[in-house]
Amino acid sequence: MSQAHALKRKIEAIDRSDEVKYDFYKTLGDKRQELPPLGIDTIQVNITKLCNQSCVHCHVDASPRRTEQMDLDTANRCLEILGEHKEIKNLDITGGAPELNPHFDRLVREAVKLGKRVMVRHNLTVTIDGNPVTGESKSYLPRFYAKNGVEVISSLPYYQEYFTDKQRGKGVFEKSIRAIQLLNAEGYGREGSGLVLNFVYNPVGAFLPAPQEGLEADFKRELLRKHGIVFNNLYTITNMPINRFKQQLKKLGAYDEYMTRLVNAYNPAAAEGVMCRSLVSVGYDGRIYDCDFNQMLDLEITGNGEPMTVFNFDYEGLIKRRIIFASHCFGCTAGSGSSCGGTTA
Amino acid sequence: MDYYDPKDLKRFSEIGKFGQELMKKFFDYYNAATGENGALTKREKALIALAVAHVKKCPYCIDAYTTQCLETGADPEQMTEAIHVAASMEAGITLIHGIQMHNALEKQGAL
Repeated sequence: MSQAHALKRKIEAIDRSDEVKYDFYKTLGDKRQELPPLGIDTIQVNITKLCNQSCVHCHVDASPRRTEQMDLDTANRCLEILGEHKEIKNLDITGGAPELNPHFDRLVREAVKLGKRVMVRHNLTVTIDGNPVTGESKSYLPRFYAKNGVEVISSLPYYQEYFTDKQRGKGVFEKSIRAIQLLNAEGYGREGSGLVLNFVYNPVGAFLPAPQEGLEADFKRELLRKHGIVFNNLYTITNMPINRFKQQLKKLGAYDEYMTRLVNAYNPAAAEGVMCRSLVSVGYDGRIYDCDFNQMLDLEITGNGEPMTVFNFDYEGLIKRRIIFASHCFGCTAGSGSSCGGTTA
Repeated sequence: MDYYDPKDLKRFSEIGKFGQELMKKFFDYYNAATGENGALTKREKALIALAVAHVKKCPYCIDAYTTQCLETGADPEQMTEAIHVAASMEAGITLIHGIQMHNALEKQGAL
């Protein structure tokens, strides 16, 4: 089966009518843009779908019931790739709650030894809740992060309880605040500590994020005033119209309106900065994708007709690949843009 | 079918069918007044517009400015306070006209 044919079949599997209606390739053509890869400076690894939370917007469909875990061989192979490629400067570890993978601590420590910048997508509450399956405590995490100089990136939908709990579940705001205070106590977010704590905001509903700069100022002022909390940066991220959030939109009858808003807000400058041009995403089973969203839609990268994995990793092939786009990509190119590092324009 | 169809808002520009120049002037003015940061932020303007939308009971504007409030970083607490300002203004405006009632009572020798 040709790569083009395989891709067509997968796109159809997503939802053919949506792909026809919201045709990202057509928009690229109209704007005379191509968006080839620029290189690979970051490997993002999704090491588990297990999570102590079940958030309504979660594109991974993570929850305490998921069992997918990256095994030790795959994690070690990721470390080998990092060691072999100086160009890859960053390891971005995500999940689920990545701390619930049994090889998480090793992955962090070894990547730090390799001199890589290690970022963890930390949901905060796992520090308080622990492992939802085994009951194992995760209260060591703030100190572990500080000791290894990990950059912590945490979802916090709002500086108030209402929006946070609506999206992430009852009681999440209060637990998140406690976990942030523990990180602050280790020096996170404090000037001169070198320990970086960034928050991620994504809208609680079918609307686009507010401008990042203004919202960051609000978060800093209100979190300091009410909870004595400090942090470094706020990243605003657009909700991707896939999986759980897409189902929610369809249920509300708001999917088409949301997609139209994203399409109308297409920003060529934001598109130039999309993260898939400088990152690859690795699934728990070692398969490689253009981004975490393509991973969740099973839009895998192939090389010589075979799925590309960390075991047949081909740096040169990857930087020459054609990135796979689909309708959800409008989520990354709307307005000021959206990426794992916030706005792109 | 509802008298107010939410989809009709997207047809706003059709009002220019028989007077395009005036509608262009209106949209330029409207966008400049509401859609840019000035002495007031876009969020403050959105909260004012939301309050006005309730007072004027415009369903199109309530939909549009609920979204605009959220997309400029306002939260439901602030939006609710904005419509309380509108509601209390309306109550105050009704009540202050009680002075006119008193004036009328006075004229009739009843006060």
